Amino acid sequence: MLSLEFIPYAEIEKLTSVGRIRKLLKLAKEKKIVLLQGRLKKDEETELIKTTMEEVNKDFKGIELAVVYPEKKDSDFLNKIKNTFFNVLLGDRLGFTVIGPASVVKEIKRDPNKIQLFTGNLKRRRKK
Amino acid sequence: MLDFIKKFINKVIKNIFKGRKHVKLGLYGPPNGGKTTLANRVCEDWLGEKMGSVSSMAHETREIQVKEQINIRSKGKELSFNLVDTPGISTRIDYEDFIKKGMKEDEAKSRAKEATKGIIDAIKWLDDMDMVLVVLDSTKDPYTQVNITIIGNLAARDVPVLIVANKIDLKKSNMKRIEAAFPQYKVVGVSAKHGNNVDEFYEALFALSK
Repeated sequence: MLSLEFIPYAEIEKLTSVGRIRKLLKLAKEKKIVLLQGRLKKDEETELIKTTMEEVNKDFKGIELAVVYPEKKDSDFLNKIKNTFFNVLLGDRLGFTVIGPASVVKEIKRDPNKIQLFTGNLKRRRKK
Repeated sequence: MLDFIKKFINKVIKNIFKGRKHVKLGLYGPPNGGKTTLANRVCEDWLGEKMGSVSSMAHETREIQVKEQINIRSKGKELSFNLVDTPGISTRIDYEDFIKKGMKEDEAKSRAKEATKGIIDAIKWLDDMDMVLVVLDSTKDPYTQVNITIIGNLAARDVPVLIVANKIDLKKSNMKRIEAAFPQYKVVGVSAKHGNNVDEFYEALFALSK
């Protein structure tokens, strides 16, 4: 059975970088697909990959990861100001992050605004 | 504001040390993008020797390799650097993938273990790089989280980045897809294996070092 766990940003907001990574990896190791509101910081994303590699063993093969963050490239001046305002106000709360154990999630295909998650066991396409 | 001050101080410190030591030029990217093939091309062109072995099987490079004091010259300009070839970065390593490619179980497990260590080392070395070439296979989808994470991390540290779209000799190569995925970066297409477009690559390298 496929298990999806939603984590609101408030749940990781007060955690340290190590705490955030530990929390997300723990869930991935429990074979849960994690849907996190918002995103990690850039250095936390890199650290997540590094920590994942430190923990790879015969039962845990790593993770699949995708971060979707709203970026309006062709917006006009007013929209740019609006987006900057929301960025300052909401910061890392914007967008969402999907993390799944490699044994369950075979691939995540993405473009800037949508992702497709392919699971191994179900052999079926799931669109987010 | 604090972020701006931090970046400014980092830049000043980097510039002070740039004059005193050899610039570290890192080759980063996903497995099988052609990092070692490009490193071999550069080393053969300017040192007359190869840097490392290449293979069609992923994670052939599992240790950081450094070639020191490479001097390249073009149109009266000279650039000196230490070339750092890193293992391909990925978020998953499964020894069974190597078995599927024909490896024996023990060999596959050992390769998987070395590959995970190689990725950890590659990420640790990110801190030391002065300039980075992100080498991508131009026949593949560039919009992967690993590519975005590596490039985003380097941007956050203010490290100059050149994206090298490798394997342009292949029919499926699609430079435009890479340029569209990372519009804020200079992308140069090459075939490291056959030497196509390497002159433009060296010119882009000079421009990156300015």
